[in-house]
Amino acid sequence: MPTISVDKAALFKELGREYTTEEFDELCFEFGIELDEDTTNSERPIVNGKQEPPQLKIEIPANRYDLLCFEGIALMLNIFLGRKSLPNYRLVEPANGELQKIIVKEDTMKIRPLVSGAILRNIKFDQARYESFIALQDKLHQNLARQRTLVSIGTHDLDTIQGPFTYEALPPKDIKFAPLNQTQEMNGEELMAFYEKDKHLGKYLHIIRDSPVYPVIYDAKRTVCSLPPIINGDHSKITLDTKNVFIEITALDKTKVEIVNKMMVAMFSQYTSEPFTIEPVQIVSDHNGETRITPDIAPRTTQAEVSYLNECCGLELSAKEISTILTKMAYNARPSESSPDLIDVDIPPTRADVLHQADIMEDVAIAYGFNNLPRSFPSKSGTIAQPLPINKLSDIVRTEAAMAGWSEVLPLILCSHDENFAWLNRKDDGNTAVKLANPKTLEFQVVRTSLLPGLLKTIRENKHHTVPMKIFEASDVAFKDLSLERKSRNQRHFAAAWYGKTSGFEVVHGLLDRIMSMLKSAFITGEEGLENPDMSDSQYWIEELDEPTYFPGHAASVHVRIGGKEHVIGAFGILHPTVLEKYELKYPVSTLELNIEAFL
Amino acid sequence: MASDLTNPILDALFASDTPILSNEAFPSHPSLNVKSALDRLASRQMVEYETIEREVAALTKEGEEIAANGSHEAKVFQAVVAAMEGLKIGDLPGIVGKENAKVGQGNAFKKGWIKKDGQLLRANTDSIVDETREHLLTVKKTQTLGDQKALGDLKRRKLVAFQKDISFKISKGPKFAKEFVKEETDLTAEMLMSGSWKTAQLKPYNFKAKGAPTPSGAFHPLNKVRQEFRNIFFEMGFEEMPTNRFVETGFWNFDALFVPQQHPARDLQDTFYISDPPKADPPREDPEFDPHRPRSIHPVSAASKEKPLDYQQYWEDVREVHENGKYGSIGYRYPWSADESLRLVLRTHTTSVSTYVLHKLAANPRPARYFSIDRVFRNEAVDATHLAEFHQIEGVIADFGLTLGGLIGFMEVFFAKMGIHQLRFKPAYNPYTEPSMEIFGYHEGLGKWVEIGNSGMFRPEMLEPMGLPKNMRVYGWGLSLERPTMIKYGVSNIRELLGHKVDLNFIETNPAVRLEKD
Repeated sequence: MPTISVDKAALFKELGREYTTEEFDELCFEFGIELDEDTTNSERPIVNGKQEPPQLKIEIPANRYDLLCFEGIALMLNIFLGRKSLPNYRLVEPANGELQKIIVKEDTMKIRPLVSGAILRNIKFDQARYESFIALQDKLHQNLARQRTLVSIGTHDLDTIQGPFTYEALPPKDIKFAPLNQTQEMNGEELMAFYEKDKHLGKYLHIIRDSPVYPVIYDAKRTVCSLPPIINGDHSKITLDTKNVFIEITALDKTKVEIVNKMMVAMFSQYTSEPFTIEPVQIVSDHNGETRITPDIAPRTTQAEVSYLNECCGLELSAKEISTILTKMAYNARPSESSPDLIDVDIPPTRADVLHQADIMEDVAIAYGFNNLPRSFPSKSGTIAQPLPINKLSDIVRTEAAMAGWSEVLPLILCSHDENFAWLNRKDDGNTAVKLANPKTLEFQVVRTSLLPGLLKTIRENKHHTVPMKIFEASDVAFKDLSLERKSRNQRHFAAAWYGKTSGFEVVHGLLDRIMSMLKSAFITGEEGLENPDMSDSQYWIEELDEPTYFPGHAASVHVRIGGKEHVIGAFGILHPTVLEKYELKYPVSTLELNIEAFL
Repeated sequence: MASDLTNPILDALFASDTPILSNEAFPSHPSLNVKSALDRLASRQMVEYETIEREVAALTKEGEEIAANGSHEAKVFQAVVAAMEGLKIGDLPGIVGKENAKVGQGNAFKKGWIKKDGQLLRANTDSIVDETREHLLTVKKTQTLGDQKALGDLKRRKLVAFQKDISFKISKGPKFAKEFVKEETDLTAEMLMSGSWKTAQLKPYNFKAKGAPTPSGAFHPLNKVRQEFRNIFFEMGFEEMPTNRFVETGFWNFDALFVPQQHPARDLQDTFYISDPPKADPPREDPEFDPHRPRSIHPVSAASKEKPLDYQQYWEDVREVHENGKYGSIGYRYPWSADESLRLVLRTHTTSVSTYVLHKLAANPRPARYFSIDRVFRNEAVDATHLAEFHQIEGVIADFGLTLGGLIGFMEVFFAKMGIHQLRFKPAYNPYTEPSMEIFGYHEGLGKWVEIGNSGMFRPEMLEPMGLPKNMRVYGWGLSLERPTMIKYGVSNIRELLGHKVDLNFIETNPAVRLEKD
């Protein structure tokens, strides 16, 4: 979630009163933003020789782009408090009727096909407004625009350039200009090299660097306005004295380009000589059917069902009451003439987050106050509780292991490839383990296919504990399974490990017997036959196992016959000393690992 | 054995009218043994004793040698006398040894026992008194010496050393008796058999000590908290969801939840993607035999109303609601990519399973309550409060005509069951719930409101493509298992709670969990 820093005194002046930190925190809580910090009593940095005035750091929900700057927060809180109503944003064409134009060349389809624009006439900046104007672009770039990949904004002093503008895509070498705050001209390739190491801009270069053509906006005199999404030209940069601002926005995403345009003009048109007016720009883009006039600042009109709003909120408000309450959330609503169950709602251009009447319903609840809603208990329908079968089964096994004196551990499910294979003297056949594409560390390369790595690492980290150590885990491992939709499946395993001065082989064997007997499985051998065959649901036997994980001659596989079907469900044995060495264990270890799913 | 001394002590006291001294009565017994016998007697008030600590002198090895055979100077004198005609100085070490010759010759001169006659040594007197030896013999006998200067001298010459000596002055106690009745340490089967328990005296039990540690297994603390949450869900009629599925598709983990494909949660920075296997299939019917599917507990009549699910339609409707909007929603309006939806991920939340279960519910929409508590994965940098894995607790209630006030009311009961009685709710944003409410609980110990979970009503854009009716509403809420456990039990680092670095002693000594009381 983005955090916005606003000047405390200026905001309270806008809100018409002083708030204590607690009061303001409460207001934020009710409205659905979060006061992160009030810096009044903290050490504040010195900016330009002056100590920074107290700031309020406010966390904004990720979908409220209209709250990403001081102007938006002040406006929406004032509307919520009933001190202001939503401004009537208007498009005003220039006196001569000639709209500024951005003519889009078809080549832009190869790199960044969309552009939108707007003009703010006779705007009056001061230091705070100017900084907010820059900061809003920055916040929009970071959030909605996904680090400028989807959308990027360029703002220019219109009095230094001349329309009509063209939006083109040209080979990097053919674009030459002095970028913002530089005196030296450079071409596209040189510019990439120049900003390679720049800590601010370097991270955006990849968006276009390897493209044969770069997007560029020219004015009528071939002055480069900007090289989106990297940087503007120095020539048209805005200053505190700029009167007329030309905004151009380039994008990959058709919806977001217009949202960004609306946010920019809605937030800053209040500083124009005729507040809340915007001069539209004509986009000429016939090749992709995007010829239009931007921005579209008209509210989106929709309808919402009174019964739906009331039912979800647990309220019984009239259409009129709902309409009134919605003004707190910047809507313009009224009972509909078409049906008594409908209200007509104008969604302001600033509320791009409203997609469905569910969003309007939430705003009814916020305006009413979540904590004022009548509380009830949803007890209409009886339902029947039940555990997941595999969890019930594994709880039985866990309980038996703990009752037998073993301690449960919870290692991680992700591990390194070596821990899962090489360190256990196991080979990866490529068809077993699910592998991660983008782990941040080597610790997380695969989803474990065995519980042993986690147990052994737990022992390694607990050498201060007295021996013998007896630990177990009952949890899932995962395997590749290309027959399934998700190409993998989990399997519930039980595993235990003994660590002591003697091998503990027969102890682990005894734990196996105990668990099998608690699962009503009878031990059989070739000579002896069944023990209590009538009482048992299944039979199990063990066979000597020759696997490099274990000490030769001291390992066995576990076999079960259930309902006439035989399964190999696991193995136990003394771990091979080379395994111990890898896990840095100095005493012998015996382990048992079973797949318990056969007992479901 | 210590017990051997109890009766000898009683005997000695009986024979004496005055208190006895242990170092006199039992000189050869180590004081620890004496003390242990005395403690046994004293605890029964049969004797009283006081401890006497003093410094005593004892002979060193060299001192012992001199006490037995005489001092160096005496040996030198004897050698000179024995030589009749005088002893060549050079021959002395050969006769008495190097060490004796060196120290003894000087001392013998000093004492005037011998004199030099050219190259010869001659006796200067007929007889001598070997004082050093006499002193040492006295020390050996009495552990001290009246002549403090001489004693100091012996110490300096390393012939005696001082050590601490503990002895006891023992007198009769109020319950003195001649005989110490042998006490049994425990009631045994033999005593029951022989009847000796009737006369036997049992050693008094030490009520100030702990009992013998009992060997025991243990459940992991986090699983104990998990069990408490499961019980709360069971008490409230919830069915556990099949979360035994770590690998999910972008479709089930994100798209079906109306999380747009450009959402930051889908970044490589936040989500673990799978490289192998490379790609999922579009959603389809589960394999016919799946042992994990809960056995149906619903009446046969309800099952018979099940209508088949159309997975192709579901896929198309999800695409449509993202790309162009549907079900009264204008959608996100971006080109939706099937490939993105078929990428495999490690589930970032168990809500992917809730989605799967709710889609199944659409076959026969009816009131339902589901829960799960299982592991989820986030590609986060590990620190004190973040691990790449943690447990998510999730609850889902589907019913007709649910209200927001009902969700709040339900949360009050749910959290009261774990001892949290003051709740308040903050509007929040979540792509798949609308309204979304963050739940804050008042923490008495910390004296402040802490965020304890997230909740909301699932969006129509998520539910209606599944085929659930428009008037069916679904609450969803979630919290992590680790966070409340850390707050409740004052654990500051998540790595002390989950993973292989957890201290086994912590696991084995962690008390039983009672959420409503703790």
